[in-house]
Amino acid sequence: MNKVVQSASEAIKGIKNGMTLMLGGFGLCGIPENSIAALVSAGVSGLTCISNNAGVDDFGLGLLLQKKQIKKMISSYVGENAEFERQMLNGELEVDLIPQGSLAERCRAGGAGIPAFYTPAGYGTEVAEGKEVKLFNGKPHILEYALSADFAIVKAWKGDRLGNLIYKGTARNFNPMMAMAGKITIAEVEELVEPGELDPNFIHTPGVFVQRIFQGNNFEKRIEQRTIRT
Amino acid sequence: MLDKHGIAKRIAQELRDGWYVNLGIGIPTLIANYVPEGLQVEFQSENGILGMGPFPTEEEVDADLINAGKQTITAMPGAAIFDSATSFAMIRGKHIHLTVLGAMEVAQNGDIANWKIPGRMVKGMGGAMDLVASADNIIVAMMHTNKKGYSKLLKKCTLPLTGVGCVTKIVTNLAVLEVDSGRFKLIERAPGVTVYDIEKATEGELIIDGDIPEMNI
Repeated sequence: MNKVVQSASEAIKGIKNGMTLMLGGFGLCGIPENSIAALVSAGVSGLTCISNNAGVDDFGLGLLLQKKQIKKMISSYVGENAEFERQMLNGELEVDLIPQGSLAERCRAGGAGIPAFYTPAGYGTEVAEGKEVKLFNGKPHILEYALSADFAIVKAWKGDRLGNLIYKGTARNFNPMMAMAGKITIAEVEELVEPGELDPNFIHTPGVFVQRIFQGNNFEKRIEQRTIRT
Repeated sequence: MLDKHGIAKRIAQELRDGWYVNLGIGIPTLIANYVPEGLQVEFQSENGILGMGPFPTEEEVDADLINAGKQTITAMPGAAIFDSATSFAMIRGKHIHLTVLGAMEVAQNGDIANWKIPGRMVKGMGGAMDLVASADNIIVAMMHTNKKGYSKLLKKCTLPLTGVGCVTKIVTNLAVLEVDSGRFKLIERAPGVTVYDIEKATEGELIIDGDIPEMNI
């Protein structure tokens, strides 16, 4: 079994125009920076991207938006990105906004073999339009379907050659669920280690969910809101 | 009249020992600064941390440790970190005792609108819809009127809804109100604010029952 690839460009091989991708991260925290740069270089377009946010104008998924490589975004929050807003208002970009918890659970469900589930989130709002409603214990819930992707691209702190992953801090966020929901999951890690170096008790994403892994370099880890205690 | 910090201070009086609390972006974030002495309260941020601490010093800044407002934070001793699905399991599963969030409009039946202004602002709902759909105890922290001076406490929301019939209490720069059988029940006045001031600034129907005490903050 060899899941290790040498670079981001090798990791994204097979990602074609029009495919659906999941990309981990919350804001700019825990995003697969190296893989995004490789997607920009590869020039694939017409992508549907499932990611909680859409980056900022000049970093994260904003880089793919600038090059008009994204056809559709599925996210929960897309503020802080002027180019995104421009493309959306001009009808150049399709946008599906989903409550954050429903987005997380839809990814998890996609990876866990659960085709759909009921949630109270969004009932009575435009999110519920056209969706099946069912009462449980007298409370209305809406039916949400699982999400899956041709490729899921996640970012972890440490990973081993078998694809076992450990995340650090709140850079974990959507990465574990997306790792489960990709037909092919690419893990970009800060440190690639040998099997046995990671304590099995502290693995967050078991290697079974990961098909390709590589050690990224020059992580910028840009901070969106540097807030200091005075 | 209260400023944003005053609103946060008043809401902090609602906290109880042992509670797990989710604070939204804006005024709610300030509440963490005013936890009454002797109470242990754990703050949850929906991007995946329980036991969120204060903002870091310059030396403590860690790009891998942020809150849902994308601000750098610290973790308290005993903090726990988890993924987004687990985070919303806590929320949806009613394990969080109190949710405090901002709003653009609140209606007298408890409806809330805070995620979208059609044609003008489309940022997305983030976790707000999940939070308001499930929490039993939802306090809205906001100014009583908007920048144009129009009431944000309405008979009916005009903006796209975030949740229906979910708000239990509202704390503004002018008053504390509760949603009570389809109307706003006036509970307290802010210092120096009269019942008449509150009536003028409230479009929705008010229940004014006897003498309304001034807040003690």
